[in-house]
Amino acid sequence: MELDALILSRLQFAFVVAFHILFPAFTIGLAAFLAVCEGLWLWTKRDVFKRLYLHWVKIFALAFAMGVVSGVVMSYQFGTNWSVFSDKAGSVIGPLLGYEVLTAFFLEATFLGVMLFGWKRVGNRLHFIATCAVAVGTTISAFWILSANSWMQTPAGFATDPETGNFYATDWLAVIFNPSFPSRYVHMMLAAFITTAAVIMAAGAWQVIRGHSSEPTRFQIRMAAGTLAVLMPLQIWAGHWSGEVAHEHQPAKIAAMEGWWETRDVQPTVLFGWPDEAAEKNHGEIAIPNTSPILFPKAEGQLEGLKAFPEADRPPVLPVFWSFRIMVGAGLVMLALGLWGCVLWWRGRIDKPGLFHMLAVPAGSLGFISVVTGWIVAEVGRQPYTVYGFLRTEDSVAPVSAGQVATSLLIFMVVYAIVFTAGTVYMARIATRGFDDDETGPPKREHRAPGSPLGSVSEPAELPYDTKPAE
Amino acid sequence: MEMDLPLIWSVLIATAVMLYVLLDGMDLGVGILTGLARSDEERNLMTASIEPVWDGNETWLILGGGGLFAAFPLAYAILMPAFYLPVLLMLAALIFRGVAFEFRHKAVRKPTRLFWNGAFFGGSLAAALAQGLILGGFIQGVEVEGRSFAGGAFDWLSPFTILVAISVAIGYSLLGACWLVLKTQGEEQKRARRFALYALAGVALCFAAVSLATLSIDPRVTERWGFSMDHINPAKLLPLAPIPLAGMALVILAARDLLWDVNAPDWRPYVYSAGIFLTGYLGLAVSLFPTIVPFEVDIWQAAARDNALGLMLVGAGIMLPVILIYTGYVYSLFWGKVQPGDGYHD
Repeated sequence: MELDALILSRLQFAFVVAFHILFPAFTIGLAAFLAVCEGLWLWTKRDVFKRLYLHWVKIFALAFAMGVVSGVVMSYQFGTNWSVFSDKAGSVIGPLLGYEVLTAFFLEATFLGVMLFGWKRVGNRLHFIATCAVAVGTTISAFWILSANSWMQTPAGFATDPETGNFYATDWLAVIFNPSFPSRYVHMMLAAFITTAAVIMAAGAWQVIRGHSSEPTRFQIRMAAGTLAVLMPLQIWAGHWSGEVAHEHQPAKIAAMEGWWETRDVQPTVLFGWPDEAAEKNHGEIAIPNTSPILFPKAEGQLEGLKAFPEADRPPVLPVFWSFRIMVGAGLVMLALGLWGCVLWWRGRIDKPGLFHMLAVPAGSLGFISVVTGWIVAEVGRQPYTVYGFLRTEDSVAPVSAGQVATSLLIFMVVYAIVFTAGTVYMARIATRGFDDDETGPPKREHRAPGSPLGSVSEPAELPYDTKPAE
Repeated sequence: MEMDLPLIWSVLIATAVMLYVLLDGMDLGVGILTGLARSDEERNLMTASIEPVWDGNETWLILGGGGLFAAFPLAYAILMPAFYLPVLLMLAALIFRGVAFEFRHKAVRKPTRLFWNGAFFGGSLAAALAQGLILGGFIQGVEVEGRSFAGGAFDWLSPFTILVAISVAIGYSLLGACWLVLKTQGEEQKRARRFALYALAGVALCFAAVSLATLSIDPRVTERWGFSMDHINPAKLLPLAPIPLAGMALVILAARDLLWDVNAPDWRPYVYSAGIFLTGYLGLAVSLFPTIVPFEVDIWQAAARDNALGLMLVGAGIMLPVILIYTGYVYSLFWGKVQPGDGYHD
């Protein structure tokens, strides 16, 4: 394979998207968690919820900053690397992205300032409203971006200008609520909540293992395990819904996900195997035969295999096939851990270190793994098109030289490696730290700046994170 | 009456970019000035003055870029590949600048702290320079064939674009310094005044140099201002003359405040500086309108379909006032002098 501007641009886009999506996926869930904690604190007046809030809001600030800066990159990539796509599809998906900026980005970014720095200046209620504004902003943002992305998967409500070949909308509601949007939006939102729950559970488990668990630790591990146990079954249902929609509109994607080559009335469920595009078969396949009527009960007639599509119209099979299995596997592990955690909770053993906690710590990464692999399934499965069935990826790329794209890809890799490493270290440092030795304990840090509200840490109006040690 | 949607959108996007320049330009200016901070305390004070608002400020850049994509897809499709490398430089710089806000407080050891302080300063400076290179490249025009950019990878690099880049960095420093005059007091404010004064002198020089250079870029620009080889056309020049004259007057007013009138309200230098930017921006708009890819594509050729522009106009009509109201509210919330300890560290 020659490294031309097309393949380099695809690599670059995949790289920056995969990097970016980690942060929204985490901050959507974390913003909701923070809003819940603050709401519970205002409602119950229990100190533990405020301590949880103050602990996680620091991580939120880091993750949000990384999400913002990597998101700015995205809004320029369409033009720098996919200018032909921008020209052709701009009149349809441009407004969706415009609405995202207008209804979500400003809301999040502006109220983040109040959330992080404003508690001293506004009352508790207004501060809670700011937290809610940020949380709502993240879900609105996901709404528009999923709408735009789903339109690329299942385009609807548009026509093509005969003169320029550009797309334009004929029915905006059909564009926004395109066939795959509802299922994909639900699937993504649940994924965000689950990702965050897995991280919070991992941090709690770590504190239990290290033996400095305190009241907030006990709350967060229970909240996270309960969330996973409730949301994972819903997520399996949402994923299945998404799959049914994809089967109706993008059968080639489903064939690649399932590893089906032949077209049959009834298909097997391939558990594992090694799809070989040249030989058009799976090596070492382990499959449960005749299970497709259970998984696709609504499918009528034959179930198409990859051979039913011309080679030029098939997505790359191997990454789609394996990403799908990794995503599902990670989800099942999180489901098991969520249920296990709930059982331990019920039996009163969740606060004692054990095998569960040892497994829950590495499982904190599983949400991220399934989000990224899930996006590989969705986006690589859309290939060879950018707008499914209407605009090919090779016809979407910008007239930039391979040298320029190689340079930018290299720079992004170096920049993201530095930023990602540092950010992960800083977040992990906060997340793994116990609660007892910070928020409500006596201030241990020295060199407090004059005028900082040292003595009033229990006063909700004056919070310790508004203070600083002057280094 | 039929609305001229492309015209409305060109004004809206120009306004978004202007707001970006005034707001995040000030943030980047503060970032550049952190390079001159004498101590960590001073640096912390500088960053604390913008920490609660920088996120919102940078969002205007996303609206500018996203809005260009949505409203003028053809312009976006031509301009972005034309400025591939400076856009890349800007994005990388903004990444470092953005995370450094948070990371410099989290770094425990001295070398990493120095690294993120450097990233904050360097990222701010590089972003300002990159934006200047893009602006300069935009003014000097890009080569177009059919519906795509057809020039070379380094077309944006010329003496003119370098002049514009330096001007933008100095201009942002002026905004940042005036912001610090507004937000600080005592010794810090005195230093901020001095920074502002130097930057103002630089801006006055650059303002003149860029204006003259822009006039010589393309005969159409010269002609618009009423100049030609052998005569000056007062009918064209006179109605436009107030723009540069207002710019000069604002430079003098700002200089007076900064040099002699220590009792002038602290917000006044910032307002004057913003006014200087505004006159420069208006002058540019007059020179280039209605092209959106100078001097190849105009706003009507580049515009998205009317139904897309109309849909977005409804959204912008409702949301922009709301955004401005809550942005104003947050600014008023953080109004007043920044105190040591206002930043949050952990």
